[in-house]
Amino acid sequence: MTPALPRRSATSARTTPRVRSVLPGVRLTLGFTLAYLLFLVIIPLSTLFVRTARLGWSGFLEAATSPRAIAAYKLSVGTSVTAAVVNGVFGLLVAWVLTRYRFTGKSIADALVDLPFALPTAVAGVALTTLYAQNGLIGALFAPHGIKIAFTPLGITVALTFIGLPFVVRSVQPVLETLPKEIEEVAATLGADRWQTFRRVILPALTPALVAGVSLSFARAIGEYGSVVFISGNMPGRTEIAPLLIMSKLEQYDYSGATAIAVVMLLLSAVILISAGLVQRRAARRAA
Amino acid sequence: MSTTIAPPAARHGIPPGLRAARRTATAATGESAIARWILIGIALAYLFLFLGLPLFVVFEEALKKGVGAYFTALRDAELLHALRLTLLVAGIAVPLNVVFGISAAWAITKGKVRGHALLVALADLPLAVSPVIAGLTFMLLFGMQGWFGPWLRAHDIQIAFTVTAVVLATIFVTLPFVARELIPLMEEQGVTEEEAAVTLGASGWQMFRRVTLPNIRWGLLYGVVLCNARAMGEFGAVSVVSGRIRGQTTTLPLHIEILYNEYDFTAAFAASSLLAMLAVVTLAAKHLLERSHHAARARLIQEQQEKQP
Repeated sequence: MTPALPRRSATSARTTPRVRSVLPGVRLTLGFTLAYLLFLVIIPLSTLFVRTARLGWSGFLEAATSPRAIAAYKLSVGTSVTAAVVNGVFGLLVAWVLTRYRFTGKSIADALVDLPFALPTAVAGVALTTLYAQNGLIGALFAPHGIKIAFTPLGITVALTFIGLPFVVRSVQPVLETLPKEIEEVAATLGADRWQTFRRVILPALTPALVAGVSLSFARAIGEYGSVVFISGNMPGRTEIAPLLIMSKLEQYDYSGATAIAVVMLLLSAVILISAGLVQRRAARRAA
Repeated sequence: MSTTIAPPAARHGIPPGLRAARRTATAATGESAIARWILIGIALAYLFLFLGLPLFVVFEEALKKGVGAYFTALRDAELLHALRLTLLVAGIAVPLNVVFGISAAWAITKGKVRGHALLVALADLPLAVSPVIAGLTFMLLFGMQGWFGPWLRAHDIQIAFTVTAVVLATIFVTLPFVARELIPLMEEQGVTEEEAAVTLGASGWQMFRRVTLPNIRWGLLYGVVLCNARAMGEFGAVSVVSGRIRGQTTTLPLHIEILYNEYDFTAAFAASSLLAMLAVVTLAAKHLLERSHHAARARLIQEQQEKQP
């Protein structure tokens, strides 16, 4: 191989060995990485599919489509979608305010956005339940109007909104920061008012990041357990989300039932993340 | 526009007319003061309602019955055991994931191994899996009905419902945090500095300690902070594999659940306040590190741009 040849040329790729580096330790670190991933990620996750295969198609269907499971999927998807959409709207607003304006306490507000990443979900769960229970700080405001929040699907949505907030803000923020000011100036000189500029110029540029943030927020919400278990009340068929149903199957040592529901949930989040990727790519192409 | 023609030296003494022109120019791409304050108001109200209040209520509930009751609750033997277990679990899981993160980032970015996209995806996978499902997979491996269940029973080894299982589940859920910070960082840094060190005769360890480590320290620390926060706070996965044996396999988050379900709210929130303080420290550290980490990255990108003709 002559040094003048580009590294990734077709011939060098075919003739060079797997590892193409003069640096030491590549084989060692690669081996360690592969072993670590094999034992801690690949083998554990493959158990789900092996177990499902052993169940057989009819056994899987029976466990995965019981009325209680269907109710749990519906509730999980409904509350997660609502929470993700709420976060899409308010997360965009928060990202906008944090990048465009100056005000006192801005850096504290910015740091606080990551709280749901840093605060353990169990702590978030007990805190939200206390706040939104009928005698809680917020729950007491709604109770006189006959609105119950804790121990209803509304309470679940509140918890899922809490944990999903940073995803949207942190996806949109960097894009908003690097958006060239000139395109807004051009829109303004061409006679667009602020709202038109936002809708026609800024929003299309933000769409891929917004879609990414909303879908990450959804993916996180659909699997969430800790912050929901306290506020939901766990009534089968009414406030039992899918991860809670998996947990209750496990407590009854019904591993096959738990696995069937887990596989459905994994496929669901895979579909959401993949289709979000496609939407994102299309939006990026249109914006470009 | 005349502003672009003005040399940099003249910037400090912009003529008044130009200054006015500039102000109207920014006004055309900004919102009116009223709109601005309404937007800031809504955003802050939203952050306060969803993030500020839950954090506040933890401390308020913990101190409701006075400082004395708070400290009495914190001195409880079971709570202290849970705290020690949490520290132990994080103390094992975080260093292992640091070694994994550095190793994966090294192999992927410096070794240029083929199929690295697949490795990155695998290292990120635990983030996409529900914690409850993560716990379930370890039960399917080590539980009574699991793959290794019969073998483990025959050899009188118990893994499910022990601290070992808690550690394994925690490693799984916190596995991506260090790797996902280091991989893009080390990708940007390229291999030239390390290659120079090796050419000059540095040993592998010398090269790593003197060249690589100083370059990645902020990103590494950033990943460690996030990894640690999740390790100490993990609930769902640990809840499944621990069996929640009180005083034995209950970490702090699991102990909070037990206390809460027993209506011992002062103790539950006292324990929660410890983790909430950890969260506040994590946020502060994250915020500070982000500045160094991003500044270092920006410098790097600038240097690379300057090098290019």
